[in-house]
Amino acid sequence: MIKLENVTKAFETPSGRVIAAQGINMEVPDGEICVLLGPSGCGKTTTLKMVNRLIEPTSGKIFINGKDTDAYDPVELRRTIGYVIQQIGLFPNMTVEENICVVPKLLGWEMGKARKRAAELLATINLEPALFLHRYPKELSGGQQQRVGVARALAADPPVLLMDEPFGAIDPINREVIQDEFLKMHRRLRKTVMFVSHDIDEAVKMADKVAIFRGGKLEQFDSPDHLLAHPANRFIADFVGADRTLKRLRLVKVGAALEAGSPTVTAADDVARAIALMAERDHKYIVMVDPEGRPQAYLARDACRDRAGPAVQNSLPLPATIGLEEDLRAAVSIMFMHDVRWLACVDRDGGFAGYITQPGITGLLRQTYRAGAERVP
Amino acid sequence: MQRSWLARTVLVLAFVATFALGVLAHGSGLFEQVARYWGEIAYLSRQHLQLVAISGGLAILVGVPLGMWLSRPAMRRSAEGLIQVLNLGSTIPTLAVLALAMSLLGIGVVPAIFGLWVASLLPIVRNTYAGMLGVPAYFVEAANGMGMRPAQVLARVELPNALFVMFAGIRTALAINVGTAPLAFLIGGGGLGELIFTGIDLNEPGMMLAGAVPTAALAVLVDFAVGAVAFWVVPRGVNPLR
Repeated sequence: MIKLENVTKAFETPSGRVIAAQGINMEVPDGEICVLLGPSGCGKTTTLKMVNRLIEPTSGKIFINGKDTDAYDPVELRRTIGYVIQQIGLFPNMTVEENICVVPKLLGWEMGKARKRAAELLATINLEPALFLHRYPKELSGGQQQRVGVARALAADPPVLLMDEPFGAIDPINREVIQDEFLKMHRRLRKTVMFVSHDIDEAVKMADKVAIFRGGKLEQFDSPDHLLAHPANRFIADFVGADRTLKRLRLVKVGAALEAGSPTVTAADDVARAIALMAERDHKYIVMVDPEGRPQAYLARDACRDRAGPAVQNSLPLPATIGLEEDLRAAVSIMFMHDVRWLACVDRDGGFAGYITQPGITGLLRQTYRAGAERVP
Repeated sequence: MQRSWLARTVLVLAFVATFALGVLAHGSGLFEQVARYWGEIAYLSRQHLQLVAISGGLAILVGVPLGMWLSRPAMRRSAEGLIQVLNLGSTIPTLAVLALAMSLLGIGVVPAIFGLWVASLLPIVRNTYAGMLGVPAYFVEAANGMGMRPAQVLARVELPNALFVMFAGIRTALAINVGTAPLAFLIGGGGLGELIFTGIDLNEPGMMLAGAVPTAALAVLVDFAVGAVAFWVVPRGVNPLR
């Protein structure tokens, strides 16, 4: 857990006193990722660097796992906190192995143990240890370097990780991949992470909590969904963007908007049965599944009103289906692409799980708006 | 393709020229003349190398720490000024430096070493300073952030990354040093200059060459030695040659 209590930093410059951070209060619970977000010069990096005392706060207290950081020698403190910077900062004079072993060596681990740890870490970041341990940073691609940078920060298994725009210098395609990898690793390791970013999309994707800064002040500290649904003021609303509702779609999985338990028909069923089932629920469509339960086609109530015979003769092909693990942004995108108002959803094995509708999705988004409105009068 | 053809032609021409020069030298009896000074060559070469080693070694011992000290953040403001003073020092011809050294310290080995030390100090200080400043600030920040103490940052990050540029300075300094060392004879410092200047004075080409050729050979040898040391000492990750 990282806790900041009324932390302020003022720099004395020749042109006067500059307040870089003012009265910051926040708490990052164990195992969560907190993204510090804001335009440049807003105090987010200063706040991050005060946690490992690269910058000493002018006033206020910072606690890590309940202990006051002032009680430590700053150098000893930093050895217990993982640190990743934007430029990665792998030391070019050292091999990948030596880079990863820096902190273990500073902590006085024996060499054998540190080496074993380096090999382990490389394996977890999908770099073959035998190939990469003895390479120099210049022999790695940017993405590989950043992975090694994260591995180096994790070398001594610190409970807390500070990351200063760690994926800022990587091309967009690799950035997505590395973000996903990092999230996967985070779910396993459950470190407490403080992460500086200026990219709202990155924040929404990575964060459990987002802290928005402006002019040295913490403007809002909230979950990404709540932040997008209820920006506290005009500045934050502008910063998160006019498309903030679309951004929220990314936070919700298809499963959450699923309307399950709807009836299905099989190819051999009679059209009359399909019509009866639709009438019973007042549905306009019904999905036809194959013997394994996979959606195959659908029947529309209007189109088969006066028809007879087996369902298969009156069925229409499904434009698309979507997996329950996908986010709603992908679902909406598919809906727009095919100009449909509903989509059949499939589980991991491809079986029909239910469907989502556009009114269902907007209803879900409105629900959180309403829940938030109740919380904040 | 064309380039390699050119290189081969030049190589062949150089070879032929060397051979012709050798034939010419042999024909005029120059070899025998030079060979007559064999004893002096051996003795004076040792003296020459001693001058270079002592003055160069002292220049490294003083220049490297000085350059490192100038690169510290606390020195940032005054460092450029001090480097300019050293620059000014290097514009004074070495002969003048030797003359000044003589007028201060008298004649002999000591003023010679002092003069050579002054002449080779600047490239070492300047390159050490430039090399240290050339280490990107984010390496230092990463090192600090990981919990290195200032001395550890210096020894494990800054110095290894500045080493290549530092060695370039040392190489230049020693090349200047070997080439300037013959002047030491003029203030009684000894070395191969004794054969060169006496040979000129007596109009005896054999004697002059007995000094000049070993001086040139020493310069090439020292340069090669420093290059080899740099090749092996500078870590592979920051060594463009490896």
